[in-house]
Amino acid sequence: VPDGGGMEREPGPAGTRRALGRLLEAVLGSRGEANAVFDILAVLQSEDQEEIQEAVRTCSRLFGAMLERGELFVGPLPPEGAAITGSRGAMRKYKVWMRHRYHSCCNRLGELLAHFSFQVKELALSTLMKFVQLEGMHPLEKPKWEGNYLFPRRLFKLVVGGLLSTEEDHSLLLSQFREYMEYDDIRYHTMQAATDVVAQVTNLHSEVSLTFWNNAFTLLSAVSLPHQERNLSNFYVSHIESSDKWKIAHLKEHRKVFQAMWLSFLKHKLPLSLYKKVLVIAHDSILPHLAQPTLMIDFLSSAYDLGGAVSLLALNGLFVLIHKHNLEYPDFYRKLYGLLEPSIFHVKYRARFFHLADLFLSSSHLPAYLVAAFAKRLARLALTAPPEALLMVLPFICNLLRRHPACRVLVHRPQASELDADPYDPVEEDPAKSRALESSLWELQALQHHYHPEVSKAASVINQALSVPEVSIAPLLELTAYELFEQDLKKKGPEPVPLEFIPAQGLLGRRDDLCAQHFRLS
Amino acid sequence: MGKAKAVRARRTASGARGAPARVCPNPFEVKVNRQKFQILGRKTRHDVGLPGVSRARAIRKRTQTLLKEYRERDKSNVFRDKRFGEYNSNISPEEKMMKRFALEQQRHHEKKSIYNLNEDEELTHYGQSLADIERHNDIVDSDSDAEDRGTLSAELTAAHFGGGSRLHVKTSQQEGEERGKPKSRKELIEELIAKSKQEKRDRQTQREDALELTEKLDQDWKEIQALLSHKTPKSESRDKKEKPKPDAYDMMVRELGFEMKAQPSNRMRTEEELAHEEQERLQRLEAERLRRMLGKDEDENTKKPKHISADDLNDGFVLDKDDRRLLSYKDGKMNVEEDVQDKQSQEASGDEGEEDEGEGSSGEDLEESDGPESHSDLESGVESGEESENPKKDHQSPGKGSRTGGQRAGKAARTELPFTFAAPESCEELRSLLSGRSMEEQLLVVERIQKCNHPSLAAGNKAKLEKLFGFLLEYVGDLATNDPPDLRVIDKLVVQLYNLCQMFPESASDSMKFVLRDAMHEMEEMIETKGRAVLPGLDLLIYLKIVGLLFPTSDFWHPVVTPALVCMSQLLTKCPVLSLQDVVKGLFVCCLFLEFVSLSQRFIPELMNYLLGILYIGIPNKQSPGYALVRPFRARGKNSQLLLVSEREDAATWQRSSLSLCWASGLTAQTATEANHIRLSCLAVGLSLLQRCVRLYGTLPSFHAIASPLHALLMEHLADCSHPHELQELCRSILTEMGNQKQLYRPLICEKSKPVPLKLFTPRLVKVLEFGRKQGSNKEEQERKRLIHKHKREFKGAVREIRKDNQFLARMQLSEIMERDAERKQKVKQLFNSLATQEGEWKALKRKKFKK
Repeated sequence: VPDGGGMEREPGPAGTRRALGRLLEAVLGSRGEANAVFDILAVLQSEDQEEIQEAVRTCSRLFGAMLERGELFVGPLPPEGAAITGSRGAMRKYKVWMRHRYHSCCNRLGELLAHFSFQVKELALSTLMKFVQLEGMHPLEKPKWEGNYLFPRRLFKLVVGGLLSTEEDHSLLLSQFREYMEYDDIRYHTMQAATDVVAQVTNLHSEVSLTFWNNAFTLLSAVSLPHQERNLSNFYVSHIESSDKWKIAHLKEHRKVFQAMWLSFLKHKLPLSLYKKVLVIAHDSILPHLAQPTLMIDFLSSAYDLGGAVSLLALNGLFVLIHKHNLEYPDFYRKLYGLLEPSIFHVKYRARFFHLADLFLSSSHLPAYLVAAFAKRLARLALTAPPEALLMVLPFICNLLRRHPACRVLVHRPQASELDADPYDPVEEDPAKSRALESSLWELQALQHHYHPEVSKAASVINQALSVPEVSIAPLLELTAYELFEQDLKKKGPEPVPLEFIPAQGLLGRRDDLCAQHFRLS
Repeated sequence: MGKAKAVRARRTASGARGAPARVCPNPFEVKVNRQKFQILGRKTRHDVGLPGVSRARAIRKRTQTLLKEYRERDKSNVFRDKRFGEYNSNISPEEKMMKRFALEQQRHHEKKSIYNLNEDEELTHYGQSLADIERHNDIVDSDSDAEDRGTLSAELTAAHFGGGSRLHVKTSQQEGEERGKPKSRKELIEELIAKSKQEKRDRQTQREDALELTEKLDQDWKEIQALLSHKTPKSESRDKKEKPKPDAYDMMVRELGFEMKAQPSNRMRTEEELAHEEQERLQRLEAERLRRMLGKDEDENTKKPKHISADDLNDGFVLDKDDRRLLSYKDGKMNVEEDVQDKQSQEASGDEGEEDEGEGSSGEDLEESDGPESHSDLESGVESGEESENPKKDHQSPGKGSRTGGQRAGKAARTELPFTFAAPESCEELRSLLSGRSMEEQLLVVERIQKCNHPSLAAGNKAKLEKLFGFLLEYVGDLATNDPPDLRVIDKLVVQLYNLCQMFPESASDSMKFVLRDAMHEMEEMIETKGRAVLPGLDLLIYLKIVGLLFPTSDFWHPVVTPALVCMSQLLTKCPVLSLQDVVKGLFVCCLFLEFVSLSQRFIPELMNYLLGILYIGIPNKQSPGYALVRPFRARGKNSQLLLVSEREDAATWQRSSLSLCWASGLTAQTATEANHIRLSCLAVGLSLLQRCVRLYGTLPSFHAIASPLHALLMEHLADCSHPHELQELCRSILTEMGNQKQLYRPLICEKSKPVPLKLFTPRLVKVLEFGRKQGSNKEEQERKRLIHKHKREFKGAVREIRKDNQFLARMQLSEIMERDAERKQKVKQLFNSLATQEGEWKALKRKKFKK
């Protein structure tokens, strides 16, 4: 028997390690000692995580060597009992038997992916991936034809299934797994396996846990396809000869699988938080890689109809479809108009929304009534906005007026009689019927009395004829109140600091002061 | 063709050259420098030349100079003709002669006195006449000889050095005239020696005489001096006697002389006048506040040119103000001494305080009249004003506070406490000073720290007091976070803070900003991690309130108030209301916000949102279309019915009362009834704030758009009849007020922009590029190039000259050699000739002989 590839004896203090070493040597040394494999596998079931780790390492070495030597049965595996009792040669029996042991070892490792100790999980994952690599190089199935592409799909599905646990949050382990996804073949098969696993899990359970969705989303969002068609030859499993005929070598196939994976994931009813997460990355890392992006239309339009923050997020994906894939979306602007609610200035995705809104409204071919309705609606909403949002939305409105000279009547309507009420109808959902063009932006006039000096200045712009160049709102989009506060603090004022000239008489001030009226000290 | 050209050239040449060309009309001498191109405006100087003339001139010049030099190259002796005007042809011969004669006469005259030093020239030594020195130093130099005098008699020199034969001749002539017969040289010398010795002796005797005379004079003077000195000591002693005991009158006169002149001070003003002045002052301050509120001054007051005198040297030197104190009277006392007294009696001020407090009852109105005075002082010079004014004021405030009965305790505290306190260096120090003391004692301690470290007392005190503001602020924060908060102490400390702030506005605003930044930073961190913040403790609310007390809140922009406003906006938008305590805090912030803008009447969207939310949580939730809640309120959820009264009976027993600030720090309602009462009180406060808002914003152009959600919500409140009667009345009155705000919607019109003036095209001046002129980047470069060019030209010219000189010299040398050769040839010829004749003759002779 030739010496075991890469076998080294490690002198270790732990008894188990030495014992395992001895067993390993014995098994690799002679086939007669093959039964010692059971002892090794028994340690895998141990409670102690140190022991488990040792056993995993030993298994890794043992079966690694076996795979390299070709001592595992190749071909469809017969059931164990039948093979042993059968009348074939002893060598075949041994190989079949050993393959069964290998099989049970892999299963156990798959279970260990759910172990409570992260080290064990990590070790199990890396061992499994090593097996995947070795098994890919020394396939355990016979190639059906010359140059047949073989990949240990079963084993790999086991890995992915272990990762997409329904009970435990595997985000850490998944981030480890991310490294493997650099390889084109691993990525391809991950996508395939993930599609299968998701289908399997959703079939089995009627109610799928949030953890599973989170895990699945983490794995799915980690898949990033290359943008350009190039030679996909960065394989984890190295093949002696590679062929162009393999599906795995084409980005188109990758895209198909990618699309299948996402569609199978998105067709299920996702929890709301996940919905948002998907929508956040949709335009950037999902849509561009789909083989047929138009397939996302249903998903996105249903999300857009959902209302609230989800709609805002779906906007971005929809925009990509409209812009690049010729999507005709009826009532797009009407729905966009419907999205303008007081809460728009308070949500997290404010900057994103206004960036997109700016894009949508940048076309000079929009009808005046529509732009006027938007301007009026935004002005109305500005009456409830915090200063940092006002600083952004006021230039926004002014930009709208600049782009569409027909809308300037909103701020400049000479020779018109006074009105009893604002003709604008804030409740009307259709911008065409809102009669915004007949109105004026009195809201901005009110905001000229805003307490913050910058807002007041921004609102006073409409008093003069609007200057021609637009004001870029990009730097204002992300403005937060804290930044505003810091700006105010840093600003140098006139020296000396003006002081109150009415002397203080107490904390609450004089008797007729507002605070003194409503509050008392004790 | 060639002819025509030549003619043209000549014409131009004659035109350009003018006069000199006309002088020399010989066309064969003219050489025309043909120009390749005619260029307008270019001056040509060398278009026509007279090579023959100029060459002749050059040769002439060389023969006059170079040739001369060449010929005299080996000669060292020069014959110089010094006869006057010999070569000057301008002077006529007669005149020449006259001048020569006069010159000779003059020379004759000068020569005579050249060696006669003693006669009329005055010798000096160190700028003093030597003769004078002689005269004065006679006595001192008594033992030195006559030679030391440094002057020699003419005879002596003449005899000794014998140079001037003429002189010698002259003297001998003179003597000869006297005696009739000449003397030998020896005799003469002997005579001279004898003469000088005689002179010497004479001088010595003279000197001795003078000495004797002076001695005699001295003695005489002494005798007379005795007589004189009898008088002078007497007068001296009298002076001595008078000095220690001056006359009372004199003293008075002198003192009055030195005393400060009493300036006419303002007469004591009557009550009405004082009130009037106060009113004027307030009006002025109010006008200033309004100006700042409108925010129009930003550009105006930044660049106001100061008056600059015509004599200003512009060196930044400012003549110090006249700091001399003027004597003035105030309250019937001399004003000057007050400061001095104050300084001296800093330590003893406690006693004074007591006295003042004795007047406390009557001091109420006295303070009123004193107030304006002190504040006008504050503005002109904080240091001087603060001192005279503070004690009264500060002592009164505790007096007022202890009106309920703490007066005696205050007195006791005053006597127990030490009188001086070092300014604390850290907040801990201040805390240790103040902790464990009663309210009166704490106030007193702070007050005394301020007094002991008044900036006018020592140099470092200003910084100490500036720090004190920060420490006090921190201490106030501590007090506010205590459980229960010591709000009464804060209430009193606010006055101190105000005073300190008036003294040091810069540092006060800085420490206020620091506190605000701290709070905001904390909140920002919380928002970043959790997405929302918790309403901060009572301390921040107190700080915000203090900001409103110390600084004018109506300014368009203010370095402290504007950040504080942003801070409050954050509190109202980012901090969700989770408990009744939060409601109280939120209402306090709303109240503050509203108070900040009460003068400037500015619009606060956050406030309206918050009030909407507060009112919303007071009714049972239901979906209604009229209004939409925004952050931090939610339409439904755990806290969406926080102010809903659980028991109907409690509404009946509720009495309207103001909210306690203590609830903001820790609210523990004992019973459900109490909690309900608090809820109703909160609602009442919210409603009345809303009422105030309605009044404030009623005139805003889009008031109805602002108020419509509130209107809808109030209708719901009315529909929900569980509220006590008072609240319902309030709701109703707000609704009617809202309805009463009729406004007309006047379409907006932009201001007419000024017509843009036509663009005027002023000529742009460009330097004309001249051909031939060196174009350089800047002036220096140009100058440098010009110089280089000049140098080159000069150098070339010089080389040409030298070459020509050499040619000239060579020519001369050649001609010389030729001449010499010719001469030699001629001589040789002559010689040969003579020799030939000689030979011929000799041969003829020989032939003759032979024939014979």
